[in-house]
Amino acid sequence: MQFGIFSVSDITRDPVSGETPSEAERIDAIVQIAEKAEEVGLDVFAIGEHHNPPFFSSAPTTLLSHIAAKTRKLIVSTATTLITTNDPVRIAEEYAMLQHLAKGRMDLMLGRGNTAPVYPWFGQDIRQSLPLALENYNLLHRLWREDVVDWEGKFRTPLQGFTSTPRPLDDLPPFVWHGSIRTPEIAEQAAYYGDGFFANNIFWPKEHYMRLIKFYRQRYAHYGHGTEKQAVVGLGGQAYIAKRSQDAISEFRPYFNEAPVYGHGPRMEDFMEQTPLSVGSPQEVVDKTLTFREHFGDYQRQMFLMDHAGLPLKTVLNQLDLLGEEVVPVLRKEMESRQDPETAKPPTHAGRLKEKYGDKPARQPRPNANRGDNVTGGSPYQDER
Amino acid sequence: MSQTFQLVVVSAGTSDPSSTRLLADRVAGRVTALAGRRGQTVTTSVVELRELASEIANALVSNHVGPKLQKAVSALQHADGVVASTPVYKAGASGLFTSFFQLLDNDLLIAKPVVLAATAGTARHALVVDDQMRGLFAYLRTVVVPTSLFASTEDWQDNGLNKRIDRAALELVALMAAGFEKTVREESWGSYQHEFGSAGGTELTIDLDSDLMRLAAGGAAN
Repeated sequence: MQFGIFSVSDITRDPVSGETPSEAERIDAIVQIAEKAEEVGLDVFAIGEHHNPPFFSSAPTTLLSHIAAKTRKLIVSTATTLITTNDPVRIAEEYAMLQHLAKGRMDLMLGRGNTAPVYPWFGQDIRQSLPLALENYNLLHRLWREDVVDWEGKFRTPLQGFTSTPRPLDDLPPFVWHGSIRTPEIAEQAAYYGDGFFANNIFWPKEHYMRLIKFYRQRYAHYGHGTEKQAVVGLGGQAYIAKRSQDAISEFRPYFNEAPVYGHGPRMEDFMEQTPLSVGSPQEVVDKTLTFREHFGDYQRQMFLMDHAGLPLKTVLNQLDLLGEEVVPVLRKEMESRQDPETAKPPTHAGRLKEKYGDKPARQPRPNANRGDNVTGGSPYQDER
Repeated sequence: MSQTFQLVVVSAGTSDPSSTRLLADRVAGRVTALAGRRGQTVTTSVVELRELASEIANALVSNHVGPKLQKAVSALQHADGVVASTPVYKAGASGLFTSFFQLLDNDLLIAKPVVLAATAGTARHALVVDDQMRGLFAYLRTVVVPTSLFASTEDWQDNGLNKRIDRAALELVALMAAGFEKTVREESWGSYQHEFGSAGGTELTIDLDSDLMRLAAGGAAN
């Protein structure tokens, strides 16, 4: 199983010190946080995408390629990449480039974005969000799998003889997760293509996620990608850890109370009881996280939200020490011993490479000399006619 | 064959007991008696919104539905009839009352018969039920009985109020006994707008044969 952290990239006032970090400080901090994630033995770092203050992450592939360059084993990912307001052609190009630079240590999660004013900034309309997301992904899926694409859809200008470059590393498209809370169409699309499905698992009662994950698993099997248990599921979660439970609660409370999404609302104790939030000792966080597989089935990736709501860098780094040293090792052991042997392995470039090519060498596309267009003649690549 | 009806009383009264709850209880009592005469049984449960106040406020600002609120939603989901009663503040239904009903899924109460009731300190608020509350319950696709109930201070000593309560109660019994809600839900549920997990978490039908589902599975958008 893979364990990691995901960040929304919020720049939030620290309610204890009263300080709001500058964009520069927060961007520096996120790089340190990602490096720390690798240092403490986590597998994945993921960043969100936003196009409005108070968030900084408008250009996730730039950040992630920088992080990939500074790390050796960490998988970089997103949480989420906007499949609605981004041109799928640009997603295909940027993430393929990231995949090359990261030597395959990357994947991405797609989401729609629920901030209505963002859509028109990119020439889109939130009322069309769902068909837009579905159509865009249908195109993205082809762009990474077909050297030359002719395409016509409802939302984007048609493509004639288009080649998305660079081709994916080893001609193996990046692994894709589809994130959704309550949209069966998104679960259906994830299942149809045999992609992963991710439930952020932060706000709603777990029943909402359970239903959709079950549907995704059924449809994954229906489309012949494997059994329901072999479907690829990722879950979010959030934790605040201290050696002593009482310290965790008193340290985190001011941040909880003013957190952008649920602050000024429920009592922290109620929220802990009714949602996946864990605030407590390492053992308490382990115990709570272990209940997730009982509700959702065995899954491949567990992500934690650790750096939000104005928590200062020093605290976040300390949290990562506790997460990496005292929580995740226990979780790995416990999860793996409980896991059904049929469960799919978490997606990695190496594992998927083996699946696609066995022991044969991977395809390495080499372009022919420039002839000005892709429309005439055959493939622009030497190994294809 | 004897029928049993689940009646849910929703009261936004703030004192205990409140005149708002008292009015609702009188309706529930008459509904039970009138149904009894026809050989029907009524089981009444009460949702006191006062006890849900903080969960309602939390749900409004954070999407987080607490356990008491969830229980109330579930009671309404199973209700055959509803009595909804609120005090009038500043010429409108209580914010607590309005907030609660605004939180419900749009399809939770479809075709359910409802008695609307309001209390106030002055008769000048008498049209709040018909002018304001009916609109909310029309939006929720409920069937509000023709007789609206309103009790200002002087009405509590007027037998006219009891007569109107009787009228409203009988109207509710007649609508419940007619099986209107059942017919609509059985024969026409799909023609209303739903979301996955709506109707209080019970609407789980997924139409695999829709345009969007075809698009999800690699097809073209229309």
